Amino acid sequence: MQTVFSVGTDALAYGMVLFVISIGLSVTMGLMRVVNLAHGAFAMIGGYIASYATQILGLGYGVAILLAVVGTILIAIPIERFLFRRIYGAPELTQVLMTIGLTFCVIGIANYVFGPTLKTIPLPETLRGPVDLGFRSIAAHKLFAIACGIVVAGALWVLIDKTSFGVKLRASVDNAAMAASLGVRTKIVYAVSSAVAVGLAAFGGIVGAELLPIEPYYALRYMVTFLVVVSVGGAGSIPGALVACLVLGAIDTTGRYLVPEYGEFFFYLAVIAIVCVFPNGILGRRS
Amino acid sequence: MNAVFQVNNLNKSFGGLTVANGISLSMEQGDRVALIGPNGAGKTTFINLVTGHMPPDSGSVALRGADITRLGPTARVRKGLVRSFQVTRLFSDMTPAEHVALAVLQRTGRSGRVFGNFGAMPDVMAEVSEGLKALGIDHIANHKVSEIAYGQQRLLEIALALALKPNVLLLDEPAAGVPQSDTSRIEEALAGLPDDLAVLMIDHDMDLVFRFARRVVVLAAGTIIFDGTPQDVAKDARVREAYLGNYANARSSV
Amino acid sequence: MAIQRAIAAEGKVDAGPNWLLRDLMGLAAVLAVAGIGYLLFPNNLALLTRITAIALLVLSLDLVTGYCGIATLGHAALFGSGAYAAGIAAVHFDITDPFAMAAVGAVGGAAAGLLAGAIMLRGRGLAQLVLSIAIVYLFHETANKASNWTGGSDGLAGISPDPVFGIFGFDLWGRTAYVFGIAILAVVFVLLRLLVRSPFGMLCRGIREDPVRVSAMGASVNGTLLRMYAISGAVAGLGGALNAISTQVVGLDSLSFTTSAEALVMLVVGGTGSLFGALVGTLTFMWFEDFVSAINPFHWLTIIGALLIAVVLFAPNGLYGTATQLLHRVWNKR
Ligand SMILES: Nc1ncnc2c1ncn2[C@@H]1O[C@H](COP(=O)(O)OP(=O)(O)OP(=O)(O)O)[C@@H](O)[C@H]1O
Ligand SMILES: [Mg+2]
Repeated sequence: MQTVFSVGTDALAYGMVLFVISIGLSVTMGLMRVVNLAHGAFAMIGGYIASYATQILGLGYGVAILLAVVGTILIAIPIERFLFRRIYGAPELTQVLMTIGLTFCVIGIANYVFGPTLKTIPLPETLRGPVDLGFRSIAAHKLFAIACGIVVAGALWVLIDKTSFGVKLRASVDNAAMAASLGVRTKIVYAVSSAVAVGLAAFGGIVGAELLPIEPYYALRYMVTFLVVVSVGGAGSIPGALVACLVLGAIDTTGRYLVPEYGEFFFYLAVIAIVCVFPNGILGRRS
Repeated sequence: MNAVFQVNNLNKSFGGLTVANGISLSMEQGDRVALIGPNGAGKTTFINLVTGHMPPDSGSVALRGADITRLGPTARVRKGLVRSFQVTRLFSDMTPAEHVALAVLQRTGRSGRVFGNFGAMPDVMAEVSEGLKALGIDHIANHKVSEIAYGQQRLLEIALALALKPNVLLLDEPAAGVPQSDTSRIEEALAGLPDDLAVLMIDHDMDLVFRFARRVVVLAAGTIIFDGTPQDVAKDARVREAYLGNYANARSSV
Repeated sequence: MAIQRAIAAEGKVDAGPNWLLRDLMGLAAVLAVAGIGYLLFPNNLALLTRITAIALLVLSLDLVTGYCGIATLGHAALFGSGAYAAGIAAVHFDITDPFAMAAVGAVGGAAAGLLAGAIMLRGRGLAQLVLSIAIVYLFHETANKASNWTGGSDGLAGISPDPVFGIFGFDLWGRTAYVFGIAILAVVFVLLRLLVRSPFGMLCRGIREDPVRVSAMGASVNGTLLRMYAISGAVAGLGGALNAISTQVVGLDSLSFTTSAEALVMLVVGGTGSLFGALVGTLTFMWFEDFVSAINPFHWLTIIGALLIAVVLFAPNGLYGTATQLLHRVWNKR
């Protein structure tokens, strides 16, 4: 029972962190149909900035998060303008290579600037230690990660289902040319969603730093995981991404607990099985 | 007479939109059928359904008496059911000679060979040059398709289909997008099709249709509303309403 | 039949003696570069042999990506399978003749290719890419777990191949391994030149451009691709076997995502859809890597990343493709 509970909470925390980081990727991939392998790099940049802000500048956790999210978005703007724009609509191979190239660059630069060691982001007092839930206790930072995932999912749901921006976004994901001809300024929709995607990645990178530690190879190590989430959930589908994160988080965590000697064998086996059965993602639309 | 090609009660809808509504049609050897109908009537969809590029909701297709409904598109081609595409689908990096050669090699069961080259196979080369010459595009045999005119690409589509030696040929608007000056070439090509071949052609150009067809089938909203001779089609009230009315209007407004 | 002769003469369809000349020149170029490498770097033959093995992997990737248009980030699964097949044959079954080991490697690679191909063909686009990644990780984890057979993360050691023809032993300087490797590469290169020009090669190029058109011509798309995957697997497997024979160990890195991604980078840097491009890319990348990463491995990543972006933006046909284009332009101006 103890194990079931801790596996469950770990899986949930891990799944929610995955969700916060990859949901932006899913939306932008659904929107711009671009295969982006560099998304994890933005999560990593967010983590580095937050670590720098707390450790070196001595800022508080909340301020550091804000600074990191804004900073990452600022870094992403020129990258989007000068690199990504040139590969929209290009063949998949081109997109893969450009974004891999970008990832390599970010890793190299991160190592040059911050060194090869693991970077930590010290948690505020309230998030350290366990929280007593009455019948069990759970590490506060995991609870925080789960809460962040729920808040992000809820906020996105409101944004997309209840606001006029959401209507425009859905129309653009559905058929960009049609949306444009109906007067939606797709350029603005693209820009805003790219910024939100990058900001969420940075946020997820910080919140998840305890589970996915910040180091130069972060961008490469989790590149695949984020891509898998999008593919399994179906690009552009928020509920799909949520389901995918929870399922994949559960499989990965359970595997690590029960059969650690198999490594990620079952995780990738499950990925193959799911993708073979649902080539467009669990909740993806047929293209 | 027994039909070489028979379609029975074919149905297909996309969500609420019915694009094939109980279509039944049969063709005999040497038939020259024109399939006409307004834009969006379901003509291309009909071809996609019978060639296996799209699964029907219900209905069956038979070729020379044998049911082929369960076969995939490649198997149907091998049984002699060949189509062309409304918008040319060619390999932009390859030459017309390579296109036709590939078709000949495929038909004669040699497309899987991992050695040799068709340039060194006299029978293939003979067929390639013959096929291209028949459509008057032999002079550009070695230009990349991306570098030749669209009219010539349309002719190559036909050459490609013929190189597969079909029993039944389905042509989807073979003259679409071809400049007026070049349509005569296509018409010559159509006139020169083998006599025993059953041909179904979709086209919007009524002059071409009337010169080519000995039988006209009219499709509107997925339903066949007329099947008869070219002489009668203009007299049919439903057809005029559904199609020729628009056509006449479109013509007079030009 | 004037036209027949015209087609044959124009060379574009590669029907004349033209291609034979080009093949021989290509082969001569490969052997010449190999010879120069031997003379210039007699103390670094191990690196040259490794480049040769990786060249086989990149050639094999070119068959799938360049000629059939399938983007994959998991091709090392085929290379590693060949390496492990050859290594296991030597260590556990006493098959130590180098030619036999190479053959086992090719068969192992082809089997892995069939399996990977069958899975990959279930998806398109993003799904296909993700499947390719999942496959290479699955192979990696399997090899890691089956440590009785593979040595797990310590690597499979104790491979000691017999002398070639019973005469030329695999010495400390790696001379035999190098010559053995270059011989394999040369033979494979010539065979692949024949393959890509054959009807089958033409069919694959057709599938790359438009699979629907190919199926409307009555050719089986998936059957053709699967076959190409098996051939590609055999070539990659030969590369893996060569690596096992020359280094006498097989490590998990031969089955890694990183190796897969690097192979793709090499191919694109050289130029996809051309066997020469694959070779040029491998040589450039590996030589450059050895040179730069000796100074600082992280700078290497930055440089390769920047190079990749530059190639994508400014030379989408790769080094070889861009060079031949420039040469053509200069030629036509004169
Ligand atoms: N894959 C599809 N999914 C949804 N709707 C489709 C699909 N293919 C075709 N349609 C719709 O089915 C209808 C019939 O299309 P089809 O292409 O068969 O028309 P057509 O008679 O060939 O028209 P045209 O003369 O313009 O070529 C159209 O309204 C089209 O939008
Ligand atoms: Mg049509």
